[in-house]
Amino acid sequence: MSAVDNIIEVRDLVVKYGDRTVLDGISFDIRRGEIFVILGGSGCGKSTLLRNLVGLMRPFSGSITINGENFTAMTDEERIEVRKRIGMCFQGSALFNSISVADNVALPLREHTRLEESTIQIMTRIKLELVGLGKFGDYMPSELSGGMKKRAGLARAMAMDPFIIFYDEPSAGLDPIVAAGLDGLIRKMQNTFNLTSVVVTHEMESVRLIADRVCMLDRGRIVGLGDLETLRAMDHPFVRQFFERRPNEDSGTDDGSYIHELTGID
Amino acid sequence: MSAVFGYTGRVTLNSLYAASLVCVLMVDTVNWLLWQPLRGRGLRLRSALEHFVEFGVRSLPIVGMICFLIGAIMAMQAAYTLEKWGATRFIASLVGVSAMRELAPLMTAILITGRCGAAITAEIGTMKVAEEIDALQVMGLNPTKFLVVPKFLAMLIAVPCVTVLAMFIMIFGGYLTSVYLIHVDPVTYIDQTLLSMEGRDLMTGMVKSVFFAVVICWVGVYRGFQVEGGAEGVGNRTTASVVTSIFLIIVVDLVWTALFYFG
Repeated sequence: MSAVDNIIEVRDLVVKYGDRTVLDGISFDIRRGEIFVILGGSGCGKSTLLRNLVGLMRPFSGSITINGENFTAMTDEERIEVRKRIGMCFQGSALFNSISVADNVALPLREHTRLEESTIQIMTRIKLELVGLGKFGDYMPSELSGGMKKRAGLARAMAMDPFIIFYDEPSAGLDPIVAAGLDGLIRKMQNTFNLTSVVVTHEMESVRLIADRVCMLDRGRIVGLGDLETLRAMDHPFVRQFFERRPNEDSGTDDGSYIHELTGID
Repeated sequence: MSAVFGYTGRVTLNSLYAASLVCVLMVDTVNWLLWQPLRGRGLRLRSALEHFVEFGVRSLPIVGMICFLIGAIMAMQAAYTLEKWGATRFIASLVGVSAMRELAPLMTAILITGRCGAAITAEIGTMKVAEEIDALQVMGLNPTKFLVVPKFLAMLIAVPCVTVLAMFIMIFGGYLTSVYLIHVDPVTYIDQTLLSMEGRDLMTGMVKSVFFAVVICWVGVYRGFQVEGGAEGVGNRTTASVVTSIFLIIVVDLVWTALFYFG
């Protein structure tokens, strides 16, 4: 059996907010060059997992290895070196509102490299063309639509030619057409640059379009891991419920206790 | 009784925690202001200059206006008492000394708190809510270097500069009122002003203004990073920022006034 090339390895990750355990001993691998989707309902800990993967939070225990290096044990300075080679697309795009779209994309290049200004401008133009925003470099972020902002965020994430790119809810708040366009873009990035993509989402539609492998979270634990077919064939109740889009069962309060809840009278 | 102890304990612990966070912020700021540039990590001077224009130059009209009026008010208030003794020439001493030592630095600091301290909190708070601070970190860019140090540097230069101008405008306001409304002889007024002021008075005002600048900037930044939630959080913290800042400015003022008086 040939060794699978894992770019990220997560082992026994435990994350707590105060006394509340949000992630409870999670382990999984992400393979080089795949689109790995982290799927789950609201509040299942998927955003927290992403924040740990990019190092915005430090876990309570467990380890995250990126490209063979232990990311959780690094000093802040070492982390900066890793971060120069990872990109992240935020849910709300997180473009800097005080500078133009082109300056947003150029910012990491200006700060981390010693390239000539003319070179930086050409590279910025290339990245913007890549996401279909070539003509919008001089616009301010507030002048762009939601979908365009996310594209610009992707261009900025791509600025330093990362080897991994993280997407936080890429299609949240977008209409189906724009969302599908963005899914296509995620695919294109992965095919063209052989990137590894980690996508956090709750949209089944985009999962169908882009996922190579899916990791399904529920209440801080992994309930399913594998490609979409594997997951579809599982009979874990939460996975079934999620795929069939069924609401939670009524928790079965009878009329008496409901009145008690409302009024406080026995 | 236990409620009282519990409350006192919580308040104390919370304040100690806040103080520790402010210390971390201070160390980080000084680190990125003095130490890291020596290691070739650069200082964002251009951004600092832009902030200087905002904090200093753009604050001048309102600070100048208010200080002119306060000078005029002080002259009239002083005249109210001094006229009875026929000692209107001492209006000059009173206006001059209190403008330099106290009122110009204080008014400037309070006005800049309202104008710029609040803006710093709102800016950083909004960036935090919009995940822009996270974005900086993920890009490997240090938020202290990017957001705090340029503001800190600009504030440290802007507040003393504006304060010096405010001192002279305030004295000028007092002069105009005294000469044209209270009919003090202009030459006597100028003589008396120069006679009563010492270098020490100017220094008192300047030292205070530097410490006010530190308070305005750090409180603004600290409150900004405290923002949680959405627009409401930004609003709450901005209000808190102005209140805390003005309170601390008065405390710092008291401490320095006492030091200069007894020391």
